[in-house]
Amino acid sequence: MNASRDSTLDLVGASPTRWPDATGHFGPYGGKFVAETLMAPLAELEAAYRECQADPAFIAEFERDLAQYVGRPSPLYHAERWSRELGGAQIYLKREDLNHTGAHKINNTVGQALVARRMGKRHIIAETGAGQHGVAAATVAARFGMSCRVYMGANDIQRQSLNVFRMKLLGAEVMPVTSGSKTLKDALNEALRDWVTNVDHTFYIIGTVAGPHPYPEMVRDFQCVIGRETRAQCLAQVGRLPDSVLACVGGGSNAMGIFHPFLDDTAVRLIGVEAGGDGIETGRHSAPLSAGIPGVLHGNRTYLMQDENGQIIETHSISAGLDYPGVGPEHAWLKDSGRASYVAVTDTEALKGFHALTRLEGIIPALETSHALAYAMQWAPTLPKDHIMVINVSGRGDKDIPTVATRAGISM
Amino acid sequence: MSATAVDRVKQRFEELAAQGQAALVTFITVGDPNPDATLAYLHALVRGGADILELGVPFSDPMADGPTIQRASERALEGGMTLRRVLALVAAFRATDSRTPLVLMGYLNPIERMGYPAFAGAAAAAGVDGVLAVDLPPEEAAEFHADMRAAGLAQIFLLAPTSSANRIAAVCRYASGFVYYVSVKGVTGDKPVDVAEVTSRVAALKAVTSLPVGVGFGVRTPATAGAVAQAADAVIVGSALVEIIEQASSEPACATALEGFVRGLKDAMNAARAAPGAR
Repeated sequence: MNASRDSTLDLVGASPTRWPDATGHFGPYGGKFVAETLMAPLAELEAAYRECQADPAFIAEFERDLAQYVGRPSPLYHAERWSRELGGAQIYLKREDLNHTGAHKINNTVGQALVARRMGKRHIIAETGAGQHGVAAATVAARFGMSCRVYMGANDIQRQSLNVFRMKLLGAEVMPVTSGSKTLKDALNEALRDWVTNVDHTFYIIGTVAGPHPYPEMVRDFQCVIGRETRAQCLAQVGRLPDSVLACVGGGSNAMGIFHPFLDDTAVRLIGVEAGGDGIETGRHSAPLSAGIPGVLHGNRTYLMQDENGQIIETHSISAGLDYPGVGPEHAWLKDSGRASYVAVTDTEALKGFHALTRLEGIIPALETSHALAYAMQWAPTLPKDHIMVINVSGRGDKDIPTVATRAGISM
Repeated sequence: MSATAVDRVKQRFEELAAQGQAALVTFITVGDPNPDATLAYLHALVRGGADILELGVPFSDPMADGPTIQRASERALEGGMTLRRVLALVAAFRATDSRTPLVLMGYLNPIERMGYPAFAGAAAAAGVDGVLAVDLPPEEAAEFHADMRAAGLAQIFLLAPTSSANRIAAVCRYASGFVYYVSVKGVTGDKPVDVAEVTSRVAALKAVTSLPVGVGFGVRTPATAGAVAQAADAVIVGSALVEIIEQASSEPACATALEGFVRGLKDAMNAARAAPGAR
């Protein structure tokens, strides 16, 4: 099973940790819960993706793009000053914020764009919350000369205006979504409606490890480069594997990307940090793994924020990228199996993480990432000095500066 | 009770077939704009000539629906509609109408939250005849299907222009009551149906299944309903009715408008079936 760890795209059935099963399930989670019209295109996508996985030329092109276009490998950086300040664990940062476009999202869009091109699709659609995935999708569409339409909640358009303009500069059409809570879940609904309507020529690039099979698996595979690099870098720089790996979890793609290559290393603790919003006890949060109930939404069964009648409830987070009522089905499975654990931190705590990294290490992190940083601030001081903790810095914080300023009462 | 459920749908199709008619299936969202109005509208639809009632169960994230039914769902949820209240409304309808077949159409999560066996039992007891869970393809339906069968309820599945021959066969093995052919690639109320294409697809479906074939998504006018009725066993109309409800000035006026519109649809369907050269 260690051999397959080094391959770029996981092969089905190569390891006991290598879920999903043949029908796209992670234990009771995942699956394909979509209306009939999408069943055929999903089967077509899966067949195309299986071909890609088996094609050395595809894998070579993906790896070349990651190296030369995305700028990989991203560094693993020992945050010595911050570690000293916290007085416990040694904290290492996986610098996905240094990727082209400023977040981990580009790993996945580069991969899916290659699949789209192979399938002969010339039109890309995507949903986005914080705008990072939208920018990453618009970027690869520009590069491949494909047209691109990005669905974004009207509320998110307001709080992430910088990314909206970036997408437009890249030639994408940004479609405001005004239904429901006007955030990421509604953008996903609208993207699914677009896909079902224009299914013949459209490729839907889902931005996270959710949606119907094969998306959770495919997106994970494209993001696993994060964990594979981290593992090798930690062995080279520290001489051993880390004791813990932390990542923020909204849909969960950056967390799954860094967790998955460590699944067989059972001594490595995997901790996902959800958005606690105003606090789990207030009900105003986005933490389905911490306080949700399994159900079916957006094509898969997973933990959901829902009421007693099965209606999806509105989520709250300072971070648009975590403001989602579901989570990737593999995270649900890792939670139930105990292989990973999930915690939540509040908006206020996340802001402390944001400021700490900015002031002590000169790295301005995304508000999403700041949730993982905030949990590290609470936990690291309680750990011995030889505890090696890796945190995935999923994105940079430039896009969040207006939000942080507003919160601090500063007008820019 | 449990045996009557599937039979009510079957019996209705048999009666209509004997008269050379296609079934008119009407969809409205329960609780839009309130439960009392829905109850009145259901009876109005029957008076106008609806053969089978399809009741939309509102959901917060109706991914397969266009803007019209999305808005209806939002209005119903704002009014506090829930799956349990939908079943209570069905029971109230059954107090005065025990003959008209009635099927629920909605999304899986509210049903999952209630629990499959609890839902199936309560739905059968309320007088529901069948259920269409839009986001539940047969691949994921084994457990739900068993509970539906045990309660004597028909399980209605969608078929689409993208469905392969293999999938059509698999869906038809699970389906009961009728199969619902989605006539366009898109969401409800989206674009007009291509009658020629639908006619050939329905013929192909009827070669595979003995179940009645209904056609919906994109039938908005009496003319289209008539044309589709020449090929299909049932014509399903939804968004056009929901628009009448959305634009109504008062509930009594709306009931009258619904009844009149449905009568126009049914008359056009009967006329098309009676026309020389039909069928």
